[in-house]
Amino acid sequence: MLQVILKRIAIAIPVILVVASLTFFLVRMAPGGPFDAEKVVPPQVMKNLNAVYNLDAPLIIQYRDYMFNLIQGDFGPSFRYPGRSVTEMIFTGLPVTFELAFYAIIVAMVIGSLAGVIAAVKRNTLLDYIPMTIAMIGICMPTFLLGPLLVLYFGIHLEVLPVSGWDSLAGDKILPSITLGAAYAAYIARLSRGGMLETLSQDYIRTARAKGLPEYKVIINHALQGGLVPVVSFLGPAVAGLIGGSFVVETIFQIPGLGRFYVEAAFNRDYTMILGTTIFFSTLIIFFNLLSDIAVLLMNPRARSEA
Amino acid sequence: MSQGSSLWSDAWRRLLANKAAVAGGIILLLLIFLAIFAPWIAPHSYAYQNLELGAQPPSRDFLLGTDTLGRDLFSRILYGARVSLLVGFVATGVALVIGVSWGIIAGYFGGRVDSVMMRIVDVLYGLPFIIFIILLMVIFGRNIWLLFAAIGAVEWLTMARIVRGQVLTIKNQEYVLAAQAMGVTNMQMFRKHIFPNILGPIAVYATLTIPQVMLLEAFLSFLGLGIQPPMSSWGTLIRYGVESMEEYSWLLIYPGLTFTITLFALNFFGDGLRDALDPKISSD
Repeated sequence: MLQVILKRIAIAIPVILVVASLTFFLVRMAPGGPFDAEKVVPPQVMKNLNAVYNLDAPLIIQYRDYMFNLIQGDFGPSFRYPGRSVTEMIFTGLPVTFELAFYAIIVAMVIGSLAGVIAAVKRNTLLDYIPMTIAMIGICMPTFLLGPLLVLYFGIHLEVLPVSGWDSLAGDKILPSITLGAAYAAYIARLSRGGMLETLSQDYIRTARAKGLPEYKVIINHALQGGLVPVVSFLGPAVAGLIGGSFVVETIFQIPGLGRFYVEAAFNRDYTMILGTTIFFSTLIIFFNLLSDIAVLLMNPRARSEA
Repeated sequence: MSQGSSLWSDAWRRLLANKAAVAGGIILLLLIFLAIFAPWIAPHSYAYQNLELGAQPPSRDFLLGTDTLGRDLFSRILYGARVSLLVGFVATGVALVIGVSWGIIAGYFGGRVDSVMMRIVDVLYGLPFIIFIILLMVIFGRNIWLLFAAIGAVEWLTMARIVRGQVLTIKNQEYVLAAQAMGVTNMQMFRKHIFPNILGPIAVYATLTIPQVMLLEAFLSFLGLGIQPPMSSWGTLIRYGVESMEEYSWLLIYPGLTFTITLFALNFFGDGLRDALDPKISSD
């Protein structure tokens, strides 16, 4: 067991290093220097600027320095905002994005698995059809459309909820969390329904029923553990989607999180910021995939022996 | 394949029996027709600006109203369909070419080739591709062909897995062994025996990839990192719609509705095709 986990970690670390190196060279391939867009500066100033940002060294030396700093958690200075480091910006934006993602996951998990489990238990009744139809709509409706529509209805038409900001008005976290969580709630509903249906047809469930256990106990004590495995293995890869979704949600609701910083950096061609956040996001996603793999191993004895 | 096609006629019959899939297919054909003939159907120019007619609600002259610059929204949605559908088909085509060749080679040669190739797919699966596409768009400029290539380069992974699995099963069937014994070359084997047999799953998965690709394009265009003006896709229309939705809600609602209906149609059609061609393939 421990060996399997260590093996997964041993694969993850070189992957992160390769991603970081690849991103570094990709960004360095970008046409033009970071200061080209600004007004023409005297050559001497340009030279000093390049020296400050370590752009005058040979590429391989820059790479060595960057990776060396990276391992120590230093992502270098931002090109656009003089005096601010990328690390500093990541850690200002990150808590906000994490909080948003956390609420979204809660929304998705609670609504999704509840709907899925009920749909599976009450198979082929209205309690199955209605949630599953809504789930289908939730999957087809993109975040960048759902968010504005919610704003239009609850914020502008009904005027019951604030439509932008984070931590400034009461209730301003509700719409962003629902917007980000909705698609995941839909996926989780479908996955948990499928998982529960499969588990409920297993022999050990029949045994549990045969020994006279009440149905709710059969479901809670026996079926849930097996039925929710697909949900757990979905959560790891879902983080990648959540990060993409946070770009949209933070842009729509003007939330000062890492996702919005990233989109702004992409717009302003703030190369060091893009480089740093890309590496950071990649590491985060690889880490969460690892975590969900381990969780699945712990929950499912069969996967343990296969690995 | 025209004679021994009972599999295909069976599938066709099953597809026609599925009402949701048929409805999806009809909507898609209609959309493709509208997109191709947009220049003749569109009542107004998609680029002509007339500030005096700015932001008019839907009327008889302007079926779905006009945007803030006085451009006819209906015409813009029609032209947007061209870009959005083009992205959907071309990027899926790119994904198809990479994924199918990768899967066939891995599955057919097996052994070490297979394990190395599939391990690469496993590793790539765990990477944040949305971020890489954004990175590419930033570095190499927001070019529509680059967008096609980048999205296609991301979506081939699942295709490679599905094709490899299919090839593995077919490879071990007796008729393939017989062909091998008769000295058929690898190229002939692919063309005559393997490829026709994996066509079904490929068609199914391609149909299901198109909506994902369109979503990705719309996502990037919404953030302003995809299609650039004066061209507009449905993603850019939604982006502009959001900017002015407080006063002119139709600018958000109609493009959004069109986009969602299209995604629905594609998903229903793809699901129906899957059930018709091979009931065994799982829904992922």
